[in-house]
Amino acid sequence: MAPKKKIVLEIITPKKTVFKEEVNVLEAPAVDGLIGILPRHAPLITALKTGVIRAVMDDKERFISISEGIMDVKPDQVNIVARTAELSENIDLDRAKEAKERAEERLRESSAKIDHARAEGAMERAIARIKAADKHSSQYY
Amino acid sequence: METIRDIKRRISSVKNTKKITRAMKMVAAAKLQNSQKKARNAKPFFNRTRRILSDVYKFSQQKDDHPLLHKSDGDHNLLLIISSDRGLCGAYNAKIIEEAQRFLKENPNTEIYALGSNARNYLKRRGHVFIKEYEQIDDYPGFYFAYQLSEEIIEIFKGKKFKQVNVIYTHFKSAISQKVKNITLLPIDADEIDYELQEKGEDVSEEHVDYIFEPSVKKILDLILPKYVSNTIYSVLLESKASEFGSRMTAMDAATENANEMIDDLTLSYNRARQASITKEITEIVGGAEALK
Repeated sequence: MAPKKKIVLEIITPKKTVFKEEVNVLEAPAVDGLIGILPRHAPLITALKTGVIRAVMDDKERFISISEGIMDVKPDQVNIVARTAELSENIDLDRAKEAKERAEERLRESSAKIDHARAEGAMERAIARIKAADKHSSQYY
Repeated sequence: METIRDIKRRISSVKNTKKITRAMKMVAAAKLQNSQKKARNAKPFFNRTRRILSDVYKFSQQKDDHPLLHKSDGDHNLLLIISSDRGLCGAYNAKIIEEAQRFLKENPNTEIYALGSNARNYLKRRGHVFIKEYEQIDDYPGFYFAYQLSEEIIEIFKGKKFKQVNVIYTHFKSAISQKVKNITLLPIDADEIDYELQEKGEDVSEEHVDYIFEPSVKKILDLILPKYVSNTIYSVLLESKASEFGSRMTAMDAATENANEMIDDLTLSYNRARQASITKEITEIVGGAEALK
């Protein structure tokens, strides 16, 4: 059998290139629902929302939490630009949980003058990070 | 004439100044390195965003109706000026102000959006109109700050008062060479981006790629155009900061050099004065001894 086709997945943030590896399949949170990308996918440009990217490789799965970005799909290559991205193994779960609680609190006391959109954004990011970290740990322990 | 004590006092004061300028030079050099590293790390992100934007623009049909791609009907200009908060960085701010004044002369209907207090103070004294001022810009500006700025500016631009938004910043070539530039931030000229990519030797997709756009071209443009603006702001902030540090480093290096020269000169005249006073004393003693004979 010919070697399996693969996709080069690259995730870039303003700080650095977070991820660049060959993957077999990937799953990304597009604005209108989760989409899966297999090799030789038709060219596609889509907006991503805050969430978790699942990358399936030969022997393992990787999870990366991202905040909203854009995905550019080409048959053998997927480029994602996002404002922030974190590999699940680098996520500090306690901190993420704290951030989520903080955001919840802020949303609850909505009487005070708070930036609602910002608090909601923080909440979404925290949830995405917790999800990514959870998936990571359930896989290994 | 200066007495020996005066000269001595001056030497020690110049020595103190030298210590300060040398320390400032070293601090600037360290900060410059950090800034450069940050700018390097952000490069792939800029290039990728540009690539995607240029692809969206080229391969989509209904591209021409986005407000950020066109001059609005307003008759005012908005000018974003990035200068430093602190001085002692050579001609850094003077050059920015010079460029700003040239622009303001050509476009009298300009309102200013100022980052950094130096250019702001100067232009304010000359009665120019400001719509927003920022001071105390972080030495390593974060992406989030640039993002907030871009949101504000896009909001202002959408108000249709301004036909165009320009940025004056200092382009960083190397630690010893920086150049003040004036670029157009809005409206975004997508053809220009494509051209620039080609010039940089990036492999621009030549043939037509039949992209699917999810959920729609407009939504993607809504997302990527502001992103492009915040990218541009982020990169000009980084470059300006790097230039400021570079400029300060060279200025402080020259100052240290000058202090050294001054210390040499003063030491020479100090020694001369000391020699003169010793000679005088000896003559006096000899003269006194002679008189006693």
